[in-house]
Amino acid sequence: MYELTNVTKTYNTTKKKIVALDDVTLSIPDGQMVAIQGPTGGGKSTLLQMLGALDRPTSGDVQLGSSTLSKLGDHRLAAIRAKEVGFVFQGFNLIPTLTALENVETALAPLPGSGADRRQRAQDALASVGLGDRLTHLPAELSGGQQQRVAIARALVKRPDVLLADEPTGALDEETRDEIMDLLESFWRDQGLTLIIVTHDSGVARRAERRLHIKGGRVTELAGQPA
Amino acid sequence: MFGTYLRRELVNRRKQSLIISIGMALAIGLVILVNSISGGVQNAQAAVLSSVYGVGTDITIHQAAAAPTAGANPGRFSFGSGTGETSGGTTTLAQSTLTTSRTETVFAATDLDTVKATSGVQAATGTLSLTNMTFNGQLPDQTQTGTTGGTEGTGTAGQPGAEAGGTRPSGGADGAGGSSFDVDNFSVLGLDPSGASVGPLSAVTLATGRLLTAADAGTDTAVLDASYATSASLATGGTIDIGGTTFTIVGTVSSSGSDSETASNVYIPLDVAQTLSSNAGMISNIYVTAASSSGVDSLASALQTALPAATVSTQADLASTVSGSLSTASSLVANLGTWLSIIVLAAAFLIAILFTISGVTRRTREFGTLKAIGWSNRRIVSQVAGESVVQGLIGGVIGIAVGLVGILIVNIVAPTLSGSAAATTAIGGGASGGRSGGGFGAAAKAVATTVTLQAPVTLGIILVAVGLAVLGGLLAGAIGGWRAARLRPAEALRSVG
Repeated sequence: MYELTNVTKTYNTTKKKIVALDDVTLSIPDGQMVAIQGPTGGGKSTLLQMLGALDRPTSGDVQLGSSTLSKLGDHRLAAIRAKEVGFVFQGFNLIPTLTALENVETALAPLPGSGADRRQRAQDALASVGLGDRLTHLPAELSGGQQQRVAIARALVKRPDVLLADEPTGALDEETRDEIMDLLESFWRDQGLTLIIVTHDSGVARRAERRLHIKGGRVTELAGQPA
Repeated sequence: MFGTYLRRELVNRRKQSLIISIGMALAIGLVILVNSISGGVQNAQAAVLSSVYGVGTDITIHQAAAAPTAGANPGRFSFGSGTGETSGGTTTLAQSTLTTSRTETVFAATDLDTVKATSGVQAATGTLSLTNMTFNGQLPDQTQTGTTGGTEGTGTAGQPGAEAGGTRPSGGADGAGGSSFDVDNFSVLGLDPSGASVGPLSAVTLATGRLLTAADAGTDTAVLDASYATSASLATGGTIDIGGTTFTIVGTVSSSGSDSETASNVYIPLDVAQTLSSNAGMISNIYVTAASSSGVDSLASALQTALPAATVSTQADLASTVSGSLSTASSLVANLGTWLSIIVLAAAFLIAILFTISGVTRRTREFGTLKAIGWSNRRIVSQVAGESVVQGLIGGVIGIAVGLVGILIVNIVAPTLSGSAAATTAIGGGASGGRSGGGFGAAAKAVATTVTLQAPVTLGIILVAVGLAVLGGLLAGAIGGWRAARLRPAEALRSVG
């Protein structure tokens, strides 16, 4: 469960101070599917980075389960990202020199386990996203939808508690978008994940059980629930 | 994962890997070649020096030549009024003197005991460097020319008798009061006949007969330099006049190095040399072999302390006395070669560092993604450093091959270098005096040697090459890794998102 309390994040540029998150207080229960919408520069990605232990707030607390992310050091944050949080990016962010199987294995590298075990789990993860026959393909040899499936397999192979998706369908056509969303939704339901999706796409957002809107760093609830 | 990722990066980014590796290979190859040639030049210098000082001589000790005392003239011939045989108005004179070389100062042989007692000395031997001068000629009978003759010791040898009382001179070499004579000199080295493990005779090859042995002590036996024997029409089994004493020639020796003479023209037992030259209990040089090659400098210091009046020279000091094209090659390698290696090595390191940094910058999103999925900074730094080290090692391996090919070419071409070192001469303060070998009365003999440059390949050179390759890779990897570690995952992802 996420608990954000008075979270503020500011960036200082040479010209001015940018408030990316402005005193955000938010609670996200385990297993919830949340969509975050808002205009470009509204603070969506910054909020996702706070939730994903990629960055620390300037002030306020971010709590994930029993861990206060805002107070942990880099090493501990890396460990939480390695075990508890999965990421899916708009641009897939696969390692171009590694095969699909090896890309999935990178998520298991920081975790204990033998090479054979890692390989088997990566194969299973790729099979679960329908790419059991694409193990040795490089990203450049896969379509956009297939690359995003590999990215989803990489995010889920470690069986995280939370899956954070930053515009996961932003680079895909409509048909592929629906396929990817179906896939994410099925994993959310089957594995009891907390799924948080940042999206511009209202069609994607409507599939979530809870929708948040963020603008000027402030979060508001869209489906009638208070933030 | 580390190995798989590393291999994929090297294979799939082969252009960058190739550029870094080739840069490193050229640098490593050049370092190997320069080091090897440097080793070859040092070996050549050692060959030249060994022809003078003997194999295994780490240190030589002598005393710098002192200014002669007033009235002293050891090279002077003295003829009394009744000297020589006079017949038909012509006096035939022949005299041989054995004196200390002008460039040498003798010192007590007890100093050798001091040297032997010094810790770190494996072996030591003393020699006495001498010059034998022979006067052989015909002068007009002084009583016929009517001159009163000069005071013994002040006349000028060979000066025709002055006319007196209007009487034309007669006799002499031309029957008209003229003179004809030869003055010959050759170097003589008195040495311990039983101690061939160190000293000048340790570097010679027996040409004919035999070397001196312990049994020759006190006997009038001599070993000749083969080149000198040929030029003087002497041979084993014959005799040679040294200081008025007839010596039996028991053997001839030549230098182990190609095309060179040995340190002296003639070798005789030390005790005989001391007696004949009136230098009883004196020596002029000590040759020392150190117990440990790494302890030569400290031993030289200890010997200098033990013998404050002496000049103690190590092989390194002696190497500076080698002249000729060998000296030029040595300077070239030491200056141009070394600096070229350093510059190319620095350029290769710089290329590796810049390419690695450029690679890290290009892979910002990649590293940001890896951090996002839980890779620690240490894991990412290891990955970047590992890639750089392997690129360096590949460059090192290619560089070793390049270097070996270069060495092979040098050894096939086998350039000939000539060098000369002053034999039986003062090193350091007295070195310049010794270069005028062959001068009247000068004992110093410049031993010219022609050596073929052979660049050796040693394990040390290979290890240095591998070490440099790893160092270059580590340096590039450390800097590249540091850059990667500084990337904050959020910023890394934002910068490309």
